[in-house]
Amino acid sequence: MQVPPPMAYFLQQLINGLVLGSIYGLIAIGYTMVYGIVGMINFAHGEIYMLGAFLALIAFVALSAIGLSSVPITLVIVLVVSVTFTAAWGWTVERVAYRPLRNSPRLAPLISAIGVSIFLQNFVQLTQGARSKAIQPFLRGGVTLYGGGDGAFAVTVSWLQIFIVVFTTVLMIGFTLLIARTSLGRAQRACSQDLKMASLLGIDVDKTISTTFVIGAALAAVAGMLVTLYYGVIDFFIGFLAGIKAFTAAVLGGIGSLPGAMLGGLLIGLIEAFWSGYAAAEYKDVAVYGILVLVLTVRPQGLLGRPAIEKV
Amino acid sequence: MLELTDVRSFYGAIEALKGVSIEVRQGEIVALIGANGAGKSTLLMTIFGSPRVRHGSINFLGQDISRLKTHEIARLGIAQAPEGRRVFPRLTVLENLKLGAILAPPANFDRNLARAYAMFPRLQERQGQRAGTLSGGEQQMLAIARALMSEPKLLLLDEPSLGLAPLIVRQIFAAIAEINREHGTTVLLVEQNAHQALKLANRAYVLVNGRIQSTGTGAELLASDEVREAYLGGAGHH
Repeated sequence: MQVPPPMAYFLQQLINGLVLGSIYGLIAIGYTMVYGIVGMINFAHGEIYMLGAFLALIAFVALSAIGLSSVPITLVIVLVVSVTFTAAWGWTVERVAYRPLRNSPRLAPLISAIGVSIFLQNFVQLTQGARSKAIQPFLRGGVTLYGGGDGAFAVTVSWLQIFIVVFTTVLMIGFTLLIARTSLGRAQRACSQDLKMASLLGIDVDKTISTTFVIGAALAAVAGMLVTLYYGVIDFFIGFLAGIKAFTAAVLGGIGSLPGAMLGGLLIGLIEAFWSGYAAAEYKDVAVYGILVLVLTVRPQGLLGRPAIEKV
Repeated sequence: MLELTDVRSFYGAIEALKGVSIEVRQGEIVALIGANGAGKSTLLMTIFGSPRVRHGSINFLGQDISRLKTHEIARLGIAQAPEGRRVFPRLTVLENLKLGAILAPPANFDRNLARAYAMFPRLQERQGQRAGTLSGGEQQMLAIARALMSEPKLLLLDEPSLGLAPLIVRQIFAAIAEINREHGTTVLLVEQNAHQALKLANRAYVLVNGRIQSTGTGAELLASDEVREAYLGGAGHH
């Protein structure tokens, strides 16, 4: 197959963007679900993702210390450890920092969220150290889609990239079915439309809200684990940037809309990859924040969101 | 079955119920009539624990429910078609009904759905449609059907006739009578449409400014000059 070099370069950025975008999408779901059900932006969500990454890293290091070499078993154990503990954090944060403030003015839980965020950053910094942590490259190798003989540009997809995209796609499909088809999903949607009516029907609203935080944290933990694998290096501050980018993704897709969060994540990943590839890589974050400002001024309901007026 | 004793509760900073005592007996239709702002809707929500009872007690089937959470009260067998209908606008008619059914045994779902559709055939025609796109009358039918899906022992209805055309109002009231007669469901009905409500009810209470002003059988209150003047558009009309 002969691919002209500009095309090859484009393909490579597309692949990179898809990988990044699927990770942002997973985090964005947590923002949008919590907003949908309790109407607050959980600004500690980025830190939940960072915790997931650290828990995955600790599990990796522990497993390689005991000499486990099987890739699938390692992946499963790391996933279970990271998801379980991160979900427990998500549950605890809601109970301790948000639930007591549920009937307070909207600003109160927002400030509480920022407090939780600062607490978690400092907690990880103190317990894990401020320096970045690295793991051995995991799941090496990949496929060369277009061999770059004669010094031409090579388009490659690593096994890890394939794994990330396939795994997040499966998760998102499963999650969409959960919300659309199951009674848990129905209760979830009912609560996001009318909490009081849901409780009149016998739905335990507190439990449903807890479940929302747990699911959001679990998906963020998966994202954290995937990033740990993908970049191999993490630090206590990664949650800030990823959090704001995923928040931007949720706003771009339409805050409160689940398909919007996934679409927004994908778009933000692609925009970041193409901006890095064609414009200036050092300005990629500026590009993402620029989009946040643009969406908020021009189309605050996002691509798939409903205009705010409808929410009476 | 349900007994409120000297119940006081607040709507925001306002004391909406100032010591209300009412009783609903098994199998009855009890109407609660009164002007806008008399505290009728607050009373129904207070039974459900939101707002909470500040003083007095609410007894349902021999149990004090005034400290329970809303969903726990629903689980004891009380359902409500609330003020403003509150259907879930972005869920379909069928999804709304499924949510109504979460407290009933799953094995009874098909039977209960068939009953609801037999009572309100319009809902079956529109079962795949989003509830927000229904007309006001259809939304009221859905709110009642949704409440019935849980097989409640006691059904609370908040102004089911509000804003509906006379023909639809007649349908709704016929359905309430049928629910009471065929299913043996006890009904507590809040209404501003006092004439219709009193004709339907076994007994009724008149609520004025958060207090029970008078009580009697439906027929007695219909005949009372005081009630006729205040709620039935003056004595001369009937």
